[in-house]
Amino acid sequence: MTIAQDDAPATTSKDKDVRAQEVDTLPQPKGDALLGRTVTINRPRAELFAYWADLTNLPAFMDNVERIDMLSDTRSHWVVKAPAGKTVEWDAVITDKREGELIAWASTEGADVPNSGRIEFRDAGDRGTIVTATIAYDPPAGIIGKVVAKLFQREPAIQARRDLRRFKQLMETGEIATAAWTQKQLQEEKA
Amino acid sequence: MRALTWHGKHDVRVDTVDDPEILNPRDAIIKITSTAICGSDLHLYDGYIPTMKAGDILGHEFMGEVVETGPGSTLKKGQRVVVPFTIACGSCYHCGKHQYSACDNGNPADNQDIGQEMYGQPMSGLFGYSHLTGGYAGGQAEYVRVPFSDVGPIVVPDGLTDEQVLFLSDILPTGWQAAENADIEPGDTVAVWGCGPVGLFAVQSAFLMGAHRVIAIDHFPHRLELAKRFGAETINFEESKTYEALMEMTGGIGPDAVVDAVGLEAHGFFVDNVVDQIKASLFLGTDRIHSIRQAIHACRKGGRVSMPAVYGGFVDKFPLGAFMEKGLTLKTGQTSVQHYMPALLNAIVEGQIDTTFLISHRMSLEDAPKGYKMFHDNQNEVTKIVLKPDFVESSASANP
Repeated sequence: MTIAQDDAPATTSKDKDVRAQEVDTLPQPKGDALLGRTVTINRPRAELFAYWADLTNLPAFMDNVERIDMLSDTRSHWVVKAPAGKTVEWDAVITDKREGELIAWASTEGADVPNSGRIEFRDAGDRGTIVTATIAYDPPAGIIGKVVAKLFQREPAIQARRDLRRFKQLMETGEIATAAWTQKQLQEEKA
Repeated sequence: MRALTWHGKHDVRVDTVDDPEILNPRDAIIKITSTAICGSDLHLYDGYIPTMKAGDILGHEFMGEVVETGPGSTLKKGQRVVVPFTIACGSCYHCGKHQYSACDNGNPADNQDIGQEMYGQPMSGLFGYSHLTGGYAGGQAEYVRVPFSDVGPIVVPDGLTDEQVLFLSDILPTGWQAAENADIEPGDTVAVWGCGPVGLFAVQSAFLMGAHRVIAIDHFPHRLELAKRFGAETINFEESKTYEALMEMTGGIGPDAVVDAVGLEAHGFFVDNVVDQIKASLFLGTDRIHSIRQAIHACRKGGRVSMPAVYGGFVDKFPLGAFMEKGLTLKTGQTSVQHYMPALLNAIVEGQIDTTFLISHRMSLEDAPKGYKMFHDNQNEVTKIVLKPDFVESSASANP
């Protein structure tokens, strides 16, 4: 067993054992592909947490999430875009929640893409709040699925970075930046 | 609407495209009254900037009349505004520090990937300047959608003409920032490479900031003549040896501060430049950097290097040794236009800065492709072309 020697986040480790240990820190871990993305948002921690805690808000900035239906206070149903016009679906449960600090989730049995993760919110002084997403998932259909997904720009690591940027834009500016100049172009972009 | 669109190297056309619409709450739609072709548009025209797509609308120096506003805009219909070429949100950390050209949010999320991969962090959005900086439609058109219209555009007071204020959009603040980045001290001698609009505004700004002498370097006689008009001494690099001349003119010390206002398409037959041209054409390197090499070589020990010039990619033979051994400081960056606009507008109103001297040609938007070719082929006489969508041919004129 390898123990990380430096202070770098485990999500950036070159050592697969260190990464595997990080996956195991998630409650009910699902999947072994690990990604981590951090963004600093110039808004108060409580405000960002409150927005994220209402999961039905997420499709506003997660471009590949078609919709999220709440089945109970802790259980939700996700419909997510996949390559070639298809969708993938799963149910997720909240596995941990600390007010203003952290929300963790895991998909349930039978998920098209098994996944689990947590989103953390930390104070960043006059720079606002540091938001870190740590996500473990099973790439659909193994490596081939990942290559296909990347071609279609739905590769989870790229998607997570873009989603966090859009979350930042929405929270800091009240809108999501677009270079479109007609409604038609904007709709095509979102499709 | 009609708009100037890019289709490839030396291929720009005026096409009919869809009119822009309000898409976000803070948007405004501006009806363009004046727009200019920038020297950096020639980098696009010459195919030096990556991530251009056929049909992209060019233009990042423009002004006009507000015709439509989103609910979050603070502009009012009918107001005349000049629009900064940098698209900045006004609410992120960088905007808070007035580093508007480093805005986190002006660039759409998907387009930020390119800058993140190429440069380590994505840059702000810019109008009409490739997909690296957002892929936004520019202002060489009849109308333009302006995001974050509550932060960027500055309202023009009555009584000022378009031509007095148009250059607040880019080149005047860029020249001013270039001089500011040179950290000029009283008694300084400042050398400026390139007497294009940015160089000429840097000359004016350097004097306003207390420079004792400014030495302007170019090879176009007409441009050197304009620099002379503002009190600069000149070196024509086709007639004199630039480094030797600078050393002799500064008592063997070298200029205290140097400004590279030339950038990635340096002209001139120099060995390193020719090598760079060959590499650029083979995509082995993208930038031709003769002017910055020479500026670093000439700069005095412990001096300051300001680089407003546009560079896009990678270079080699950058004189890092001279840079380190002489203990130089380099400041550069796209211009944080929003930061400078109010004070510079005031300087125009007060008559401290004149911008109209620069305009050599005025033409209709429909003639924009002709304008690009003229500007590209004759940079001695063509100092600035202003395009006007409602331009009437009979009023065609050139400055004396």
